[in-house]
Amino acid sequence: MYVTVRGVPGSTASAPASSAPEPGGPGEPSRRLVRGVPATVLALGVVSFFTDISSEAVVAVLPLYVTAVLGLSPVAYGFLDGVHQGVSAAVRILGGWWADRSRQPKWVAVTGYGVSALSRFLLLPVTGFAALTGVVALDRLGKGLRTGPRDAMIADASDPSRLGRDFGVHRAMDTAGALVGPLLAFAVLVAIPVGVGGYRSVFVLSAAAAVIGLAVLVIAVPQRRRADPAVAAAAVAAPRMRWRDLTDRRLRRVLVAAGLLGLLTVGDGFLYLVLAASGSFGASWFPLLMVGTNAAYLLAAVPLGRLADRVGRGRVFLAGHVLLVAAYALTATRPGGAVAVVAVLLLLGVFYAATDGVLAALTSRLVPAASRASGIAAAQTVVALSRFGASVGFGLLWQLTGRSTALLVVGVGMTLVLPVAAALLRAPRTAVTR
Amino acid sequence: MTRTRVGLLVLVLVASLAVASGYFLDARQQASATGPAVATLPVAAVLAGPRIVFRNAALGADYSRLALVPLADPGGPRAVTDVSCERLYATATDGVCVTATRGMAASYGVSALGPDLRPTSSTALVGQPSRARMSRDGRLVSTTTFVTGHSYASTSFSTETVVRRDGESLGSLEGWRTTLPDGQRLDAVDRNYWGVTFAPDDDTFYATAASGGTTWLVRGSLADRSMTALRTNAECPSLSPDGLRVAYKTRPDDARPGVWRLAVLDLASGTETLLAETRSVDDQVEWLDDSSLLYALPREGTEATTTDVWSVPADGGGTPVVLIPQASSPAVVRTG
Repeated sequence: MYVTVRGVPGSTASAPASSAPEPGGPGEPSRRLVRGVPATVLALGVVSFFTDISSEAVVAVLPLYVTAVLGLSPVAYGFLDGVHQGVSAAVRILGGWWADRSRQPKWVAVTGYGVSALSRFLLLPVTGFAALTGVVALDRLGKGLRTGPRDAMIADASDPSRLGRDFGVHRAMDTAGALVGPLLAFAVLVAIPVGVGGYRSVFVLSAAAAVIGLAVLVIAVPQRRRADPAVAAAAVAAPRMRWRDLTDRRLRRVLVAAGLLGLLTVGDGFLYLVLAASGSFGASWFPLLMVGTNAAYLLAAVPLGRLADRVGRGRVFLAGHVLLVAAYALTATRPGGAVAVVAVLLLLGVFYAATDGVLAALTSRLVPAASRASGIAAAQTVVALSRFGASVGFGLLWQLTGRSTALLVVGVGMTLVLPVAAALLRAPRTAVTR
Repeated sequence: MTRTRVGLLVLVLVASLAVASGYFLDARQQASATGPAVATLPVAAVLAGPRIVFRNAALGADYSRLALVPLADPGGPRAVTDVSCERLYATATDGVCVTATRGMAASYGVSALGPDLRPTSSTALVGQPSRARMSRDGRLVSTTTFVTGHSYASTSFSTETVVRRDGESLGSLEGWRTTLPDGQRLDAVDRNYWGVTFAPDDDTFYATAASGGTTWLVRGSLADRSMTALRTNAECPSLSPDGLRVAYKTRPDDARPGVWRLAVLDLASGTETLLAETRSVDDQVEWLDDSSLLYALPREGTEATTTDVWSVPADGGGTPVVLIPQASSPAVVRTG
């Protein structure tokens, strides 16, 4: 990566970095690298790549480490898992607000990535249940803090007409890390088959990847100074982030639409369970389903981001949910066989590609630049909370009616909600603001 | 980007990778080395008399191997087999070894062991192994695994406890009838069972039932496929050799999540006695004899991934002592 970045003209040793022109800012085509993706977006992609290697490597081995090596009971692990799932959503808005308020999204992101990196180092000495819970919570705290500011930085650095693609590039790099992390972790465990040495090596590897990611962020990602005249003007007009920006009608409509759809988005785990129950594959292949979904996401993220830029982000966001309905229908009818399993994983992966980065791109244009991190974080929190609600509700429905019926009910519900969401997302076309 | 910055980045990259690789190579070498010499005995000699079978936790090539020591000299030299287990249990004639094969898709299995502790057959298990117990004659085997996929919301866990009789599965305890102290039937969606212990009659068993954050000690009957709660706030029971008392983990009133105390319940009088062990113990205890208990506990500080098997009197007095260093999952075999 650095080889390409080094070629940027104007980056001389004599110019203090802070006063150097904004690399990768809009209107500076000479700074665009890799088919026109801003350097800032690529650098943030590299940060996410290493950070995801770091976190997914640990996530992949932690259950085994906690139960087999540390000997904690399932209850203890279940509690840890709950902390893992729950902490991040709660602090996400806080991270967005802090970034906007301080107008230093980079340093809020550095704090977030730094806190997560610190938690990797703490994994080595820590073995007690309470301390381990603290370490997991610390990691998710960092994750929650960094997400909003980071997405705001991507939005800041991107040409508004290329937002979808740029988010797609970032998410693809992020997902590539999520794929590499577990592979590395298991390679280490295979190479060191006995004792705790293998697990500890995974943690050291994870810490190293986290440090590299953090270093790329600190060293290679420019602090956004709003040097772009348009942004500077906006900053003068709106000197600081206002909560009122988050109640903007257009943003509110998107939040409601995303929340409604999120309430009908059941976790992948449920679909995997139904697939597993259809007997198409052995239980030991279960973890590979997630890998398949991630691979599809990786491949589709950039093309769908581009498509979103061309035909409208709201449309692609909705189309993604149509694919999700197709995945429900296919899973519920349980045709069995490898082809159906692969088709469901593809649909899920493309669903994520059509919704995750696209929603960030969509919301980032609906709030003033000064409130951007908060706006993106608000959308992500709405999605996370509504999907959590969906999982709880779906679990009950599954218990009451059986899995195929439950999936069909949710699929029909989604089909009914989609036109409502479409109406909510049909914002005035003039809605491009800074 | 300035040349200084590029240089700095390359430096961080190289340094991080160097540290990680160095640690990896060192760990790999340590794992392949024989480790600190643990005095060993021949397996056959230890098998001839009363013994404690356990999982070897001494780092080195024999880590996680099934090992055994004479009951008369538990802290002395051990015999190490070449069978690897995550959890194990053994009787005079049988054994059970829960295995894990690590990989991209980790897989788990349960092996039946013969009198010589060699595997005789193997069955696949779903989920991470958590507990394993057998009846005294070895006919009944219970395993508890932690199943991630079963939980309805991702913030909870799910266990699957299966009892096998002569190798045939009697099914998951979740399908059996449980009556709570108030006479109600436990039908909650989130009910879980774990940590079975068998009575010598090969029908009665004790286990943990849980729902919504409450745990119960239950007494069950295999023939009736039913369980009745005896007491709340009790997990991972273990029946004493004389069948008169049950030891278990309980949560103190002021406890943080994940903190347990060991207690012994007198079944006839219903009296609960807290044991002298004040550290949190998250293990299914094993009776050394009618007056003392065994359990594994991790070491403090930097050695915390090493566990030792401790012993504490069952009457609430005395102090805990290390019985077998660098060991876990103990099973006491009282006959030769």
